[in-house]
Amino acid sequence: MSNFSKIFTTPLAKNNPITVQVLGICSCLAVTAQLKPAVVMAISVTVVVALSNLIISCLRNTIPPRVRIIVQLVVVSTLVILVNQVLQAFVYDVSKQLSVYVGLIITNCIVMGRLEAFAMSRKPMESVMDGIGNGLGYGIILVILGFVRELFGSGTLWGYPVMEKLGMYKIGYENNGLVIMAPMALILVGLIIWIQRTKDKELQED
Amino acid sequence: MKKFSNTYIFIYSAIIVAIAAVLLTVVAMSLKEKQNNNIRNEKMQVLLQAIGVNCSRDEAAQMYQQYFEQELTVGTDGSTMSVYNIKDGKMEQGEVRAFDIKLKEQQTLEKSGQKGAFPVYVFSKDGKKGYVIPTQGNGLWGPVYSNIALADDMNTVVGVTFSHDSETPGLGAEITTEKFQAPFIGKQILDENGQVVSIAVKKNADAAALHEVDAITGGTMTSNGVDEMLRVDLMRYQKFIDANRGAAPAAPVEGAVENAIEEEVTNE
Repeated sequence: MSNFSKIFTTPLAKNNPITVQVLGICSCLAVTAQLKPAVVMAISVTVVVALSNLIISCLRNTIPPRVRIIVQLVVVSTLVILVNQVLQAFVYDVSKQLSVYVGLIITNCIVMGRLEAFAMSRKPMESVMDGIGNGLGYGIILVILGFVRELFGSGTLWGYPVMEKLGMYKIGYENNGLVIMAPMALILVGLIIWIQRTKDKELQED
Repeated sequence: MKKFSNTYIFIYSAIIVAIAAVLLTVVAMSLKEKQNNNIRNEKMQVLLQAIGVNCSRDEAAQMYQQYFEQELTVGTDGSTMSVYNIKDGKMEQGEVRAFDIKLKEQQTLEKSGQKGAFPVYVFSKDGKKGYVIPTQGNGLWGPVYSNIALADDMNTVVGVTFSHDSETPGLGAEITTEKFQAPFIGKQILDENGQVVSIAVKKNADAAALHEVDAITGGTMTSNGVDEMLRVDLMRYQKFIDANRGAAPAAPVEGAVENAIEEEVTNE
């Protein structure tokens, strides 16, 4: 069991998809201007990575190496379209919220990255754990960014006007427009990487 | 590493793709009705929102029957092309319900020189009649939509909704917020001569002015798109408004409009 929990927890911090593997940066800039899309995106990615890891891991011995990327791509896009269809039918509001970003999960490097690096050579259960771990590792960063950017950029959290209720505007506080822009997400990711590497000497490179 | 023959690779790929295709088709087909229902109900929900009635998507169909009376389609020449009575579900004139019209198609028709049919929804709330005009235009990344609810005078805005497909969350997507939409209420789309002047979306708008509202900070392209959408789409109803506006002065002839504008300029 300790092996399982290790597979699950490593991607949360030590091998975090965003701050250590530096994958999936694109979507993490795009969907984190507010907290809610960030959370829904985190959940969707977790589901897709876990399921595609499972399927590819089950098929791993039958997949010819020469066309493996194509097979992976077919599996991932099928799953993403399924997720999108199901969202549209059963939780229409959430699907509207995410709009194009659901489709963009296909191009998220984390998904393909995990399939290549892990699922192609591991057993199904381990692969599922790895998928969930990586999805959540990605999700943590998304939520942190979403939290900071929505709070300081729009003065709200999950749409609730925090800054207004605290009376911050009355004492001359103003929302920072830069925080909602994509570059700020990149700067924040940089800060998180900095903090993480300062704490964890193992991650430091020469 | 295991060796795979070319035949195996071909067959394998074909099977994988076939499975994926069948799976997606089955799921898409079986969920189609549910998705379409969601879309129709949402359309009704949004129309209701525009006239200030908030309800859940499930209640929308019933509430729509309660508050809306007629669906019209009108041409840019002011003619009425179809009339659908919502209460008893009868087509009184024409064949296509305004509700089923795809605005984008009609806009394309109109642009290519043909006659487009543009929807108007007639509602009655608290004993007061009014009109909802749907519009569609382009934001920064994709289409933006709105419904403008006008009072009986076909001039004063009593409610609006804005929505979009893919504007940036926190920036352009803010057009869906109360903060952006509330200032529209009470504005007017006609000038004193009964000409459609729309409502401009611009920076540092004067809150007291009748024809402008504040744009979104950081969402300039989306704001411009909304501005353009309102202007272009509302103009199409000029003749319809002229013909149906009770208290309105008769549509002035060309010369008179120019004179009126000149007068205005000199007055200023």
